[in-house]
Amino acid sequence: MDYTDREMMVVCAAREIQDGERVFVGMRLPLLAFALAKQTHAPHCIGLFETGIIRDAPAPEQIYTMGDPPNISNAIWASGTRNVLGLMASGEIQLGFIGGAEIDRYGNLNTSLIGDWKEPKVRLPGSGGAADIASLAERLAIIMPHDRHRLRERVDFITSPGYGYPDEQGTAGTSWRQRVGLPRGGPAALITTLAVFHFDRASGEAMLQSYHPGTSIEQVQEQTGWQLRLAPDCAETIPPDDAELRLIRACDPEGIWTR
Amino acid sequence: MIENGASFSFDGRAKLYMEYASCMNKQVTMKEAIARHITDGMSIAFGLALEPLIPYAAGHEIIRQQRRGLTLIGPISDILFDELIGAGCVEKIIAAWVGNVSGGLAHCYRRAVEKSIPRPIIVEEHSNYSIALALLAASLGSPYIPTRSLLGSDIIRQNPTFRLEQSPFDQEPVVLVPALRPDVAIIHVQRSDEEGNAHTWGSLGVSEEAMLAARDVIIVAEEIVAHEVIVSDPNRVLGPSFKVRAVVHEPWGAHPSPVQGYYNRDHRFFQEYHQNTRTAEGFQQWLAEWVLEVADRTAYMAKLADERRHALRVKEHRYAAPVDYGY
Repeated sequence: MDYTDREMMVVCAAREIQDGERVFVGMRLPLLAFALAKQTHAPHCIGLFETGIIRDAPAPEQIYTMGDPPNISNAIWASGTRNVLGLMASGEIQLGFIGGAEIDRYGNLNTSLIGDWKEPKVRLPGSGGAADIASLAERLAIIMPHDRHRLRERVDFITSPGYGYPDEQGTAGTSWRQRVGLPRGGPAALITTLAVFHFDRASGEAMLQSYHPGTSIEQVQEQTGWQLRLAPDCAETIPPDDAELRLIRACDPEGIWTR
Repeated sequence: MIENGASFSFDGRAKLYMEYASCMNKQVTMKEAIARHITDGMSIAFGLALEPLIPYAAGHEIIRQQRRGLTLIGPISDILFDELIGAGCVEKIIAAWVGNVSGGLAHCYRRAVEKSIPRPIIVEEHSNYSIALALLAASLGSPYIPTRSLLGSDIIRQNPTFRLEQSPFDQEPVVLVPALRPDVAIIHVQRSDEEGNAHTWGSLGVSEEAMLAARDVIIVAEEIVAHEVIVSDPNRVLGPSFKVRAVVHEPWGAHPSPVQGYYNRDHRFFQEYHQNTRTAEGFQQWLAEWVLEVADRTAYMAKLADERRHALRVKEHRYAAPVDYGY
């Protein structure tokens, strides 16, 4: 079956979810990934939403925002933001998904502003819960379109901390997160329209793990604002199978997010 | 209510409280609620349940009554904050996210920050967790709440009200989130009695913290019900009605945001707003059509075609099992 780059991303995102995990789902593609994982390899995963909702099954019909009424129907808990993010602060959440306008090679994300802080060229909406998820989840998965202007050497503003930067006190990576006092976590995967990166937690650097069918390492490099580092087992991304595509299309019948 | 006994004087506000104390019916029209309780320069918290239950009807009345110099407080505001910014009501934003959940960027917010159109605004960045903690701190009477979220984020550098300190217990870094006490919280609910004892359900966001943190609360309800209906299920009450100064009965008052059990989200309305407000002129036209030239919520809803309104209605009711408060 033919598939779109968005469907490829959903499948890659679903592969990051392990059975039994508690997952901060977010909207759009990760929401589909949660539904897909739930119906395939991770039937016991739990989804959390920062509006205050926890679900053990996807919403009974397609939702456009996490606050849409079907997302509350049959939830296992309808509470508030503080309780759900508080669970994450206390170390209960294994995986969080977020998107971003810009990311750099160390997985730092910017959704706040482009340009100078005092006089920004473009004012973006801001963090929402993203900075909290990046700070507090055990692992972070980031989903965004692949574009040279978005995958930059350094971001203008760190909204959501990844692995920081090397500085006089040490390297980027897990040691940077410890230096600034973050309790855990850091980016595990960056899933784009062209490729999947995993992160070397010691150096904090994104490593090209796979490039989607139809692209090449050269094409990925062309669209990436830093010199690529390849994972030792870097290979072509395994494409979605027919069963996966059927499940995704059942969740997004009109292709609002995937076409 | 009497924060400082020594300087308390028998002014208009005090008289109003006395009125309320003697008469527990706090029901007023939206026009009256905004005229009495929202003044220039105030800080207002709304949009507290995140995407649902956003009190657009209240926001539109604030625009029509031309309040100025407001500070808006909220986690994510969807397009309500953008509308108030574009209408020139706002001096400062204290929020985690200002945008359009369906469209992404918020055009009026961009114009205000990037080009001071229609006027410059100050932005104090938060995350959803930090805004929740700031309101929680105020609701507890605590000066601040420490957290390990946002360490390493530029948010704590951009917003000068945060403090980066060492925890006295383990010497590890902590962010101190200062208490945030809004002058007024405007909270949209499913149903309330005329005293402001209000039932709400669905995702609550930071509604509970904001109701307890704010000095004054305005309740906007889809339905006004008998006191007996509310007290039959006290666990579903959002907070104590003694904090409530006004109750407004405003069916469809949260449109285009959803109200669980009443109506669904009007996604198209958000998309149209995104398309039509790309330019300042486009926004002014939108504002004239949907706010300035509309007398009230009844007139606003009359503008929405019947079939559109019908499409938003609840398709299938899903009632909870009753609970037994017997003894």
